[in-house]
Amino acid sequence: MMNESIILEVQGLTKRFGHIQALDGVSLEVRAGAITAIVGDNGSGKSTLIKILSGNLRPDSGSIHIGNKTCPGLTIPQAISLGIRTVYQDLALDNYKNSVDNIFLGSELMQGPFLNRRAMRREAEKLLADIHVAIPDLTEPVASLSGGQRQGVAIARALRRPGKLLLLDEPTAAMGIQESHSTLEMLAGLRQRGMTQLIVSHNLHQVFALADYVYVMRSGRVIAAAATGDTTAQRLPELILRRESEAEGL
Amino acid sequence: MTTFKKWRSRQSAPLLLVAVCLVMMVFLSIETRSFFSWKNVVNILEANSYRLILACGMMCVIASGAIDLSTGSILSFSAICAATVLQAGAPVWAGVLLALVAGTAMGTINGLLIQITRINAFIITLATSFMYRGLSLMVTKGIPITKLPQSFRDFGCGDIFGMESGVTMAFVVIVLLIPAFYFMRWGHYLTSLGGNPEALKRSGVAIGRYRVSAFALMGFLSALAGIIITARLNSAEANAGLNMEMDAICAVIMGGTALHGGSGSLPGTVIAVFLMGLIRNGLTLLSVSSYYQQFVTGAMLLCAVVAAELRERKRRIG
Ligand SMILES: Nc1ncnc2c1ncn2[C@@H]1O[C@H](COP(=O)(O)OP(=O)(O)O)[C@@H](O)[C@H]1O
Ligand SMILES: [Mg+2]
Repeated sequence: MMNESIILEVQGLTKRFGHIQALDGVSLEVRAGAITAIVGDNGSGKSTLIKILSGNLRPDSGSIHIGNKTCPGLTIPQAISLGIRTVYQDLALDNYKNSVDNIFLGSELMQGPFLNRRAMRREAEKLLADIHVAIPDLTEPVASLSGGQRQGVAIARALRRPGKLLLLDEPTAAMGIQESHSTLEMLAGLRQRGMTQLIVSHNLHQVFALADYVYVMRSGRVIAAAATGDTTAQRLPELILRRESEAEGL
Repeated sequence: MTTFKKWRSRQSAPLLLVAVCLVMMVFLSIETRSFFSWKNVVNILEANSYRLILACGMMCVIASGAIDLSTGSILSFSAICAATVLQAGAPVWAGVLLALVAGTAMGTINGLLIQITRINAFIITLATSFMYRGLSLMVTKGIPITKLPQSFRDFGCGDIFGMESGVTMAFVVIVLLIPAFYFMRWGHYLTSLGGNPEALKRSGVAIGRYRVSAFALMGFLSALAGIIITARLNSAEANAGLNMEMDAICAVIMGGTALHGGSGSLPGTVIAVFLMGLIRNGLTLLSVSSYYQQFVTGAMLLCAVVAAELRERKRRIG
């Protein structure tokens, strides 16, 4: 683990919405090939961080280092071209379109000026099979799919263009036990294949087994960080529950 | 489900319309002598050419999750632009070009206003519809511009393939829209704009360009319809095209496109325009007063939306 290279590093990110300080100087790093988890209660600023990294929001201050670039903020196309792939909390699916169209939204395969639907369909079947998502009818609108299948479509979209870093915001939040389990398995499978991931969750237990590194956020700040292999990691659950003032001692 | 059954369930709105059209045609050909004459068929095509053009444009706008209430006003003002320069002695091509540029510009303004302010298209185009109509009134002072050059009339309603040129124009518009809407990025992104604009934006697509293009196209097509109407009537006036956006919206919805957008049906729209045209034509042939047309059209729209709603609910439950 020592010589894994850092592919993303953020320093001192702040973001304010009116009088709410959503992020208050967040610094963290993401190592290549590892799963980094961010856990924290609702409202601690996790989604805000993800939205900044994916180019949806511009931070008030701080910096983002990715690859060998350093920038104060990103736009969505910039984030995409830097290899950042995002699975949003709401999945960002077009419910009227089918699985194939959703997977390729924004990066369609073309044949001259025309959409190459046949090639996209073939590719989509392969992508979904790779992550073990079974969708019986790829021509059905995604509105009719189950939560797990929809998640699979969103992840397949994120994997469709080769990327460096996969961001996942609460990938299991809207799911039952069975579906969460298979989604977490899918993410573990991606890790095996070397996909770097930054996973946001409010449920430490769910990501603890999966992640290599865990950051704990509260009120827009990182209050603890640990590698899950280390002994200090055993104290994380109680840290999340403890009050902020006590946490400073770690 | 078999492929055929799936196709049938997805195309149920246009298929239902085709059935209603067929019933009407059989009825009219039994009840009247002249219905199936070539002359009457041409008559129906000619009378609906500009309606087809407007409805196809409106279908694109509605599929993108928006609406354009300023269509009739754009139609009127762009026609007045053309008529004004034509009367001043400008050549036909200049008048036609000016109308199309003016229409496209007005549509683009609609799109930009909606894109920049993020205010509902309904409100923005309601406001601009008054403004554009106001421009028509200001320029003409309410007096129609008549006696247009014959060459302009030849362009807008002269004979091509034994029919008024408007029919060919509508045909070309439809033939160009089919690939653009169904098989190219443009239509693919327009419907996603109606389905989930946030999803499209997060995929890295510059959504503003697509939103504005739908309105620009609507403006262009409104101007084209304005040219046809002006040539047919040999007169451009401030209250031309009044309520024509409503006719277009009616055809789009009847054709199976949902008002909230996300998808659209070009065939359904085309068939719905013809159905409305058949009703007008049939009632005329049957010498029923034109006062009944409005009522019948309204009732059909009501039936179409109720049927669509029931279908949607059944799909949600089933
Ligand atoms: N667009 C916004 N406008 C105003 N406040 C916001 C906005 N987005 C997030 N917030 C606020 O910022 C804080 C952090 O939110 P968020 O990042 O969504 O938390 P989490 O994902 O950890 O639950 C919350 O108090 C939330 O209400
Ligand atoms: Mg969140």
